[in-house]
Amino acid sequence: MLLVDAWAGLVGFAVILYVLLDGISLGVGLLFPIGGDEKERTVLMSTIAPVWDANQTWLLFGGASIFAAFPVLFGVLASALYIPLMTFVMGLIFRGVTFEFRADATQKKIWDRCFFWGSLVAVLSQGIMLGAILTGIRVSGREFAGGPLDWFNPFSLMVGLALVPGYVMLASCYLVIKTTGVIQQRAYAHAFWATLAVFFFMAMVTVWTPFHYPLVWKHWFAPPRIYFVWCFPLLGLVAAYKLLASLKARREIAPLAYAVILFLSGYFGLMTSLYPYVIPPAITVWDAAAQQETLRFILWGAIIVLPFVCGYAIYSYSVFRGKVGSGETYYS
Amino acid sequence: MRLVETLIEPIFLSQFQFALTIGFHILFPTLTIGLGFYLVVVELLWLVTREELYYRTYRFWAKIFAINFGVGVVTGVVMEFQFGTNWARFVTATANVFAPFLYFEVLTAFFLEAGFLGIMLFGWKRVRPAVHFTATILVAGGAIISAGWIMAANSWMQTPAGFQIANGKFIVTDFAAAMFNPSFPIRVTHMLLACFETAVFGVAGISAYFLLKGTNVLFYRRCMGVALLMAAVFAPLQVFVGDTGGREVFRSQPAKLAAIEGHWETNKNGGAPFSIVGIPDMKKEETLYRIEIPNGLSLLVTHTRNGRVPGLKEFPRQDRPNSLVIFWTFRLMTGIGFIFLLVMLWAAFLWWRGQIFHNSLFLKTLVVIQPLGWLAVETGWVTAEVGRQPWLVYNLVRTSQGTSPIPAGNVIWSIALFVVIFLAIGGSYLHYVFKTLRAGPDFASPIPPIQRPAGLKVIENLPGPPEGV
Repeated sequence: MLLVDAWAGLVGFAVILYVLLDGISLGVGLLFPIGGDEKERTVLMSTIAPVWDANQTWLLFGGASIFAAFPVLFGVLASALYIPLMTFVMGLIFRGVTFEFRADATQKKIWDRCFFWGSLVAVLSQGIMLGAILTGIRVSGREFAGGPLDWFNPFSLMVGLALVPGYVMLASCYLVIKTTGVIQQRAYAHAFWATLAVFFFMAMVTVWTPFHYPLVWKHWFAPPRIYFVWCFPLLGLVAAYKLLASLKARREIAPLAYAVILFLSGYFGLMTSLYPYVIPPAITVWDAAAQQETLRFILWGAIIVLPFVCGYAIYSYSVFRGKVGSGETYYS
Repeated sequence: MRLVETLIEPIFLSQFQFALTIGFHILFPTLTIGLGFYLVVVELLWLVTREELYYRTYRFWAKIFAINFGVGVVTGVVMEFQFGTNWARFVTATANVFAPFLYFEVLTAFFLEAGFLGIMLFGWKRVRPAVHFTATILVAGGAIISAGWIMAANSWMQTPAGFQIANGKFIVTDFAAAMFNPSFPIRVTHMLLACFETAVFGVAGISAYFLLKGTNVLFYRRCMGVALLMAAVFAPLQVFVGDTGGREVFRSQPAKLAAIEGHWETNKNGGAPFSIVGIPDMKKEETLYRIEIPNGLSLLVTHTRNGRVPGLKEFPRQDRPNSLVIFWTFRLMTGIGFIFLLVMLWAAFLWWRGQIFHNSLFLKTLVVIQPLGWLAVETGWVTAEVGRQPWLVYNLVRTSQGTSPIPAGNVIWSIALFVVIFLAIGGSYLHYVFKTLRAGPDFASPIPPIQRPAGLKVIENLPGPPEGV
C-alpha cells in the first residue's frame, strides 16, 4: 500500500512540475498577441527556446508514469477524454514546431499565430480535462462507460478558461526575470492583471466544487481533513497578496516564487478533495495500480535516475541563465 | 458493403490511425538517430584536427538536425497517449510488462536528449568544447537509448517473454527476460543500422547534389567523405544483420515468414523456392505469376538446400497476416538494402581509382537514392507490423481485443485532423529544410572565442570560386 502511495506522490510531483514548467512556456505563447512587435516576440521566444523541450518532457514522464503505475487510470482517462486529449496534443504539435520554423522563416507572422493558437488550444484542453475529471467519469468495471462528449460541461469549460490567466501569470513572472526594459514593464502589468483573474477563478472553484460534488463536501468537512483543508485557500490568499505586492514593488525573483506557491495551494487543495480517488466517484489509486513488482521496479528507476534528471535540468537552466537581450537569438 | 463496414469499425480505424501517426513520426527519429551519430563523428574530427571545415560542417547539419528534432518530438507526444485513447484494453491487460519500457524511455532517454539539446544547439558561446562535445554525445546517445526501449517494447509484442497470465492480465515474472526477449537484440541492431544508413546516405546525397552544381565544393566533399566512410561500415553490416533477422522471424514467427515469402505449401520433398516477384492471393491460397529461384527460401532461412519451411496453409485462415502487402514491402526494403551495398562497392572502387568526387554518374546516383533510406524504414515497419497481425501480442492477444470502448466517430474525427496537420507540418518541414540547404553553410559568423582551439586551421580560399568537378 505504501508503494501505491509513493507512486501517487511521484505522479503528483511529475504532474505539478509539468504544469509549472510547461505552464511557463505555454503562457509565453498566450502572451504573443499582446507581446509587442516582432522583435519583442523573438525575445519572448528566446527566453524559452533552450528549455521548452525539457519542460514538455515532464508531460511524457507524467503520462508514462500513469501508464506504468496506474494503467487502469491511464486507459479510462484517455478513452473518456479522447477528444480534449487529442486536441491538446494537436495544440502542442503546432506550438512545438514553431520554435524551429519561426527561427527559419522570413514571414514570421504565420508562425506567431500558430504559436498563439497552438498554446491557447493546448491550455484550454488541459483545463477542460482537469474540470472533466473533477466532474466525474462514468465507468463500469475497469473501463470507461460514458459517451464521447461527457467531458463537455459548464464546470469543465470554466476550469479551461481559468487556466489561461493562470499560465499567463506564471509566464509573465518568468519574463520579469528573463527580460529588461519595455518587455519587462509589460510583463509586470500582465502579471498583475492575470493574478487578479486567477484569484477570482480560484475563489469560484473553491466555492463551486464542494456544493456540486458530494465527495468533495464529504472530504472537506469531515475529520481528519477538516483540520487542515482550510490552510490551502489561506495559503493561496496570502500568496496572491504577496504576489501583487511584489509586482507593485517591481521585485524580480519574488513574483515567480509567489506565483508558484499560488499554483501549489490550488493543486494541494484539489488533491485533498480527491485523494484517494483518481477517477471520482468510482476508482481509487489502489484500484488503478499496477502489480507490486512493476511498481517496485519503476520506483527504483525513478529513485536512481530522477536526481540526475533534476541535476542536469538545473545545469541547463544555469547555462542559459541571465537576461535575454533585445533581438538576441541563441543561433550564433 | 462488407468493405465499408470494416473501414468504419473502431478496430480498423484505430489501427489506421496508429499506422498513420507512427508512420509519419518515424521519419523524424530515423534522421535524429542517424544524424546525431554523424554529428558526434564530425565534432570529434573538429576537436582532434582543429580544422574549421569540420566546425562549419557541424553547424550546417545541426540546423537540419534541429528542425528535424522539433518535429520528431511533437509528433511523438501523440504516440504515448494513443495507447490509452485507442488501445485502453491492451493497456489494462499488458501494462504491468509493457508500460515500464515506455516509462524508462522517458526517464533515461527523453530527459537526456531534451536536457542537453539546448546546450548542443545554442550553447556554443556559453560552454567549453569538452562540455559541448559531451552534450552532443548525450543527445545522440539519448536518441539511441530511446530506440532501444521502443524496440524492446515492440519486440516484446512480437516475441513476448518474462510473464505469466492470470485472469486475463499479464503479470511480470522477469523484467530482464521481457526486455531481452528473443527478437530484441537483432531487431534493435537492424533498426539502428537503418537509421544510420538513412542519415549518412541522406547527407551524401545532398552533398553530391551540391557537388554536381559546383557550389562550396571543398565543404561538401568533406561532408560527403565523412558520410561515405560511415556508410562503408553500415551498408554491408546491415545486409548481414538483415539476414540474421530473417532467420529470427523464421524461428519465432513462422506464419509471418511464410506470408512475407508468399510461401503456401510446406516443402515436403526438396527445398523451398524463393519467389523474386509474384502476387500472393489470400483467397486462392497461392502466389500467382511467380519468378522463382529453386531452393532459394530454404537456403535463405535454414542455410541448407532442402530445409523445411512451413507454408502459410499450415496456419488457420484467421491467423494469417496479409501476404500481398508484406511480400512487396519486404522486397522493397531488402532491395534498397542491396542498392546501398552495391553503391558502396562502387564507391570503394572509385575511391581506389581516386575518382570518388569526380564521377558524375556516381554523384547523380547518390542524389537519386538519397530518400530511399526512409522508404526502407517505412516498408520494413509495415512488414514487421502487418506481419504481426492478427495479433497485438503474438499468439496471445488479438488486435480486436485491445481497443478502447470508444465510438468510431472519435477516431474518424482525429484521423481527419491528423491528416491535415501532418500535411501542414510535413510541407513546412520540407520547405524549411530546403531553405536551409539552399542557403548553404555559413562561413561568415566568427567561431565563438570559447571554442577557438590553439592551432586552429582556418579554411582558405573559401567561399572562393568553385573548383572543377
